Amino acid sequence: MDWIFLSELTVNGALTGLLYSLVAIGLVLIYKSSAVPNLAQGALTMTGAYVVLAFSHNLGWPLWVAIPLAAVIMFLLGMGIERVALRRLAGRPIVMILMMTMGIDIFLRGTTLAIWGGSSRSVNLGVSYDPFFLGDMLLSRIHIVGAAVAIALFVGFLLFFRTRLGIRLRAISDDYLASWSIGISVERGVGLSWGLASVVAVATGVIWGEVQGVDQSLSVLLLKGLTVAVLGGLDSIVGAIVAGIILGILESVGADFLDPFVGGGSRDLIVAAVLILTVMIRPHGLFGRHDIERV
Amino acid sequence: MFYRLSGVRHNSYASDSKMFNIPADRNATVFFLLLGLAAPFVIPSLYLNSYVLPWLIWTAAALGLNLVTGWAGQLHLGYAAVMAVGAYSAVHAAKFGVPWEFALLIGGLASSVIGSLFAFTALRVKGLYLALTTLAMQFVMDWVLTHSPAIAGGSHASLQAPTFALLGQKITSDAGLYYVAFGWCVLVTIFMLNLKRTGLGRALVAVREKDFAAAILGVNSFYYKVVAFAASAFIAGITGALLVATFYFLAAPEQFTVSVSIQVLAMVIIGGLGSIIGSYFGAALILLMPGVVNQIFGWLANMLGLELGIETFAHIPNAAYGALIIIFLMVEPLGLGKLYANIRDYLMIWPFDQLKK
Repeated sequence: MDWIFLSELTVNGALTGLLYSLVAIGLVLIYKSSAVPNLAQGALTMTGAYVVLAFSHNLGWPLWVAIPLAAVIMFLLGMGIERVALRRLAGRPIVMILMMTMGIDIFLRGTTLAIWGGSSRSVNLGVSYDPFFLGDMLLSRIHIVGAAVAIALFVGFLLFFRTRLGIRLRAISDDYLASWSIGISVERGVGLSWGLASVVAVATGVIWGEVQGVDQSLSVLLLKGLTVAVLGGLDSIVGAIVAGIILGILESVGADFLDPFVGGGSRDLIVAAVLILTVMIRPHGLFGRHDIERV
Repeated sequence: MFYRLSGVRHNSYASDSKMFNIPADRNATVFFLLLGLAAPFVIPSLYLNSYVLPWLIWTAAALGLNLVTGWAGQLHLGYAAVMAVGAYSAVHAAKFGVPWEFALLIGGLASSVIGSLFAFTALRVKGLYLALTTLAMQFVMDWVLTHSPAIAGGSHASLQAPTFALLGQKITSDAGLYYVAFGWCVLVTIFMLNLKRTGLGRALVAVREKDFAAAILGVNSFYYKVVAFAASAFIAGITGALLVATFYFLAAPEQFTVSVSIQVLAMVIIGGLGSIIGSYFGAALILLMPGVVNQIFGWLANMLGLELGIETFAHIPNAAYGALIIIFLMVEPLGLGKLYANIRDYLMIWPFDQLKK
């Protein structure tokens, strides 16, 4: 094992991990405000990518029009999902909320594929496929762009949570009953977080669509996004970034060590193992808040 | 004649906690039992073996999941993985020459052991985190199945199940296979019906409502969680084995993926958490829905003169399946079982509505 190869694995793993963070940020935004684990984030990502494609390929509009337009549409879709489906389930057992998000996941996947078909397509973001040389290391350009987007979103949300609106969202996530009683519209805040998560899903969909093509496999990102979100703490955006890097490195270096023994495909196993171990050892994750339950 | 509560007076706890404390319920059950026994003579064998038989087996599966999710309140997103353990161990045992009766038992016990492993995460976490761990375990199981040739017979391979036999008699006829499925489903239903009358059932409900509170009352909540997981896994294991033995005739990893887990959970939720009759309805709805939806859309497309692509047709049932889950959770979160209970309560006192409490 030479050091250049190992560092290449590490850096590429970290970049891929930051791409997982994109999915995780969407999950965290929703969980933070409403304690709803959004199992439909993978399907939202896929829908976002397909909506962008609908404008850029089917209508032939340039990407700089298509992506913002898709973001607006997805924002409305996210708020709509919250308004129609999730709001009336507030206070119901978690199994129903989980099932609802899984139902939304199945519905969105079925609908997008029924409308646009399942064959894999590319976004054509215009990022060159030539590798990028950092010293002796080969890096993928689109991964660098994606990681930059993840960091930018992270900084953007850090700043956003310092604005008046962001402080309201933080108050809601802290204690929604107290927020209600001092006149914060909890419903609107939760709806907003769904909208923001859907906008994040557009960014995720575009980046991942460029990495692996726009097709059904985009919704499989959910498991990795979920693992990152849980590892970082379901209500921590910092956690999503840090855990993304950790998971990415673990996955890429670990798979390289394990693959010869198990005959390939150990990446998914590592992800599942990280999820199980996190929940068993530290359920609230690296940076999450530890809620104490009282009878 | 109409008023079904007439003459029903429970004067002791024993009579109040009878399995059917209203004769109308018992009569309906006997009627459907006879109907089930007569089904092979009434229903054409094509429908019997492609609709009724899988429906009964999936109902048994849904009842098993209902035990752990509906009654003990523990989320379980890895149910198909547990079914896979039972199916594969039973098929391997049967291939080895073990009689099917014992092979089924081996499958059930093997599932129980693995299912209890799922429960040990319930020692530390619950609710959402339990759901996520069981989901991760489902992925681990998928991975193990596709990556270990010793179990699945190689990647993308399927394992032929030996001919099903009970008491040395090979069962190959359509009616015979149907009766096997019917018998198992009835057994599971009787178990579930009795469960709510036992201390175990009450303890499970106490754990579901609030495990800390149950612990304060002296109910060892962890013990009952493990029992719930193990019992439901036992049912899952035998159901999975029977599914392979009487319906699929071969075991393949694709039959037990995460989407199957979600499907069984959808049956339970659409049927109604903790509702036994609901599991029957939920399984029927989820199994029949894709075919019906495709028929409707084909008919609509013909009517409107639209040309729908093959791909569109392939994905419409999925969209409808998701929509069904969403609509049910929005309109009646307690599921078809609750709708049935509403109708039953209405008919119970009809035509004397003024007697309603």
